[in-house]
Amino acid sequence: MKVYTTARTALRALRRNPMRAMLTTLGIVIGVSAVIAMMEIGAGASAALKKTIASMGANVLVVRPGTASSGGVSFGSGTTTTLTPEDSQAILRECPSVRNAAPMVRARTQVVYGNRNWVPNAIYGTTPAYLDVQDWSILAEGEPFSERDVLNGNRVCILGKSLVRELFEGESSVGKEIRIKNITFKVIGVLTPKGANMMGFDQDDVILAPWTTIKYRVTGASLTNTNQSTAAATDSVNTLSNLYPTAQRSLYPERSKIQEANNPMPVRFANIDQIMISANSSAEIPMAIEQITGVLRERHRIRNGEPDDFNIRDMAELTKTLSTTTKLMTNLLLAVAMISLVVGGVGIMNIMLVSVTERTREIGLRMAVGARGQDILRQFLVEAVVLCLAGGAMGIVLGHGGSLLVKFLFKWPVETSPAAIAAAVLVSAGVGIIFGFYPAWKASRLDPIEALRYE
Amino acid sequence: MELITLRSITKTYQMGDISVPVLKGISLSIRQGELIALTGSSGSGKSTLMNILGCLDRPTDGEYWLDGQETSTLSADERALLRNSKLGFVFQSFNLLARTSAIENVAMPLSYAAEDLSEREAKDRAAEMLVRVGLGDRMDHLPSQLSGGQQQRVAIARALINRPPVLFADEPTGNLDSKTSEEVLQMFEQLNAEDGITIIMVTHDPKVAGHANRMIRMEDGVIQGDAPAAGPNPELPGGAS
Repeated sequence: MKVYTTARTALRALRRNPMRAMLTTLGIVIGVSAVIAMMEIGAGASAALKKTIASMGANVLVVRPGTASSGGVSFGSGTTTTLTPEDSQAILRECPSVRNAAPMVRARTQVVYGNRNWVPNAIYGTTPAYLDVQDWSILAEGEPFSERDVLNGNRVCILGKSLVRELFEGESSVGKEIRIKNITFKVIGVLTPKGANMMGFDQDDVILAPWTTIKYRVTGASLTNTNQSTAAATDSVNTLSNLYPTAQRSLYPERSKIQEANNPMPVRFANIDQIMISANSSAEIPMAIEQITGVLRERHRIRNGEPDDFNIRDMAELTKTLSTTTKLMTNLLLAVAMISLVVGGVGIMNIMLVSVTERTREIGLRMAVGARGQDILRQFLVEAVVLCLAGGAMGIVLGHGGSLLVKFLFKWPVETSPAAIAAAVLVSAGVGIIFGFYPAWKASRLDPIEALRYE
Repeated sequence: MELITLRSITKTYQMGDISVPVLKGISLSIRQGELIALTGSSGSGKSTLMNILGCLDRPTDGEYWLDGQETSTLSADERALLRNSKLGFVFQSFNLLARTSAIENVAMPLSYAAEDLSEREAKDRAAEMLVRVGLGDRMDHLPSQLSGGQQQRVAIARALINRPPVLFADEPTGNLDSKTSEEVLQMFEQLNAEDGITIIMVTHDPKVAGHANRMIRMEDGVIQGDAPAAGPNPELPGGAS
């Protein structure tokens, strides 16, 4: 008996009792549509949640220089001067698990606009990559500074919302000029407010500017000085025309013009305070740490066995939250899906068993005219699978429609998931086979004589 | 030509520890083209013999040759195939599929046939059979729209769709009034005479048995009488055992 004929026979048998067939499929329809709707809404919620947690910095790694010590006195983390902007570029170039990397220099000093002044939490000198790493690319106003600004050391900056409030009292700040240690900076953008982070640190109380500008024009010093406030609180008077007002004593012995000509310094030595790195995903963080360690050890020429001269920190707490949340979400959805499908499957089995009993004479007749046990088995199995697949198809349409409705009515994030649809089709066929098998097997084992006599 | 030969067929049902012999050594042979009435009181074993002849059941012991093939050792699937190709069944209660048109009822056995017929061919053949039983104008009617006699004729068409050499009828007129009974019996006679189909009817109605040209009477698991009946075709030889 051909598959086609079997399918036709099954369809015909179902058509003979359309009401019962519809009621039977209802279980599967509801089950599958619930699965699809839950998956789509759940995937949307999960993605939104992930994005939120990621924006808190779950993918972010911070590389800081290691500890310098002198005569047994340790100066604490971040006191060596080995980390350079080139390290940052090399990490981005050579570590496949790294999405972006931004070098950073920090300063903390007074900012002045008109007759108002304020000392922000942090003044960060960085590159445009910082906004990407911190998932902060969408600005409230204006636009971010560019790579060119970084190369030229342009005096431009982006303000956090708190600063705008303190310095400008709500009026627009873009295009205005503020002074940081007597250097004028043009405000070109305002960050979207982020609020306080988990430690209570006001993330909007910051200024972002090209790191070259901060490094060479504002601080003029490496942060080897553990007490930053003294370095910043220079009392030398600046004029606006002086590009490098706070130039400190050189790190190296003064070289004569002849020495300079004979042995030009191959690199412009500039150490930075930290590198902010974002990994491709929170799952890739361990790999990223390994790759970064490799790159930096090589660049810093650290022999095997010697300790690193840098620290890499991840946001382990956030990462853990993220993975736990995602797992919980997925398992919850799966549990709901399974329950509804099993209920639907039991419904199918129930009706198929009733159907087998009710059609005992038909089965006996089919056997008498030459149907083998396997023909009967196949017929009932195909009936069950057809019911389930039809139910599955309706369920997909209903579920997808439902999630779209939710999207338009409640503006919930919804993500269409082809995997869920494929799974729903497979599972509904599977439910048909699993729960249809027992009744079909029972039918195929009937004795034709008994079946024909059945009343 | 001997179409069916039974050699000391016995059938014993096992009821727990007690064995109940139902057929106690039946030997019988039936030639092609006979119209046989199998009679006997209830409990005489005629239904059991019918089931064995119809390959629905297997004898406990003995040989059953059908059309040159020993069938008592065949598996259930092989017997199903045999039923499909060589045997036709007509039942007392018609056993038509409800809510299924006459033509589809008739075509149903074709879907289990070994030969692969296209849907078109199957339809054509079913239509041809229906015309032959005089229901050419009722092809798309449902069983519920047909009278008892018409339903039984649909059942006969279904039994003949695979052109079997033997047709079994189990109380074919049990659910019909005397007029339609007569029609159905005449149809059997016609099929028997024109197409040479061997027909075996199980009945306890002497009027029905009277249409046969050979009457086998069962009693208590053995054949009590086997004689040519005064049928309408007396020219055919009867009693071939």
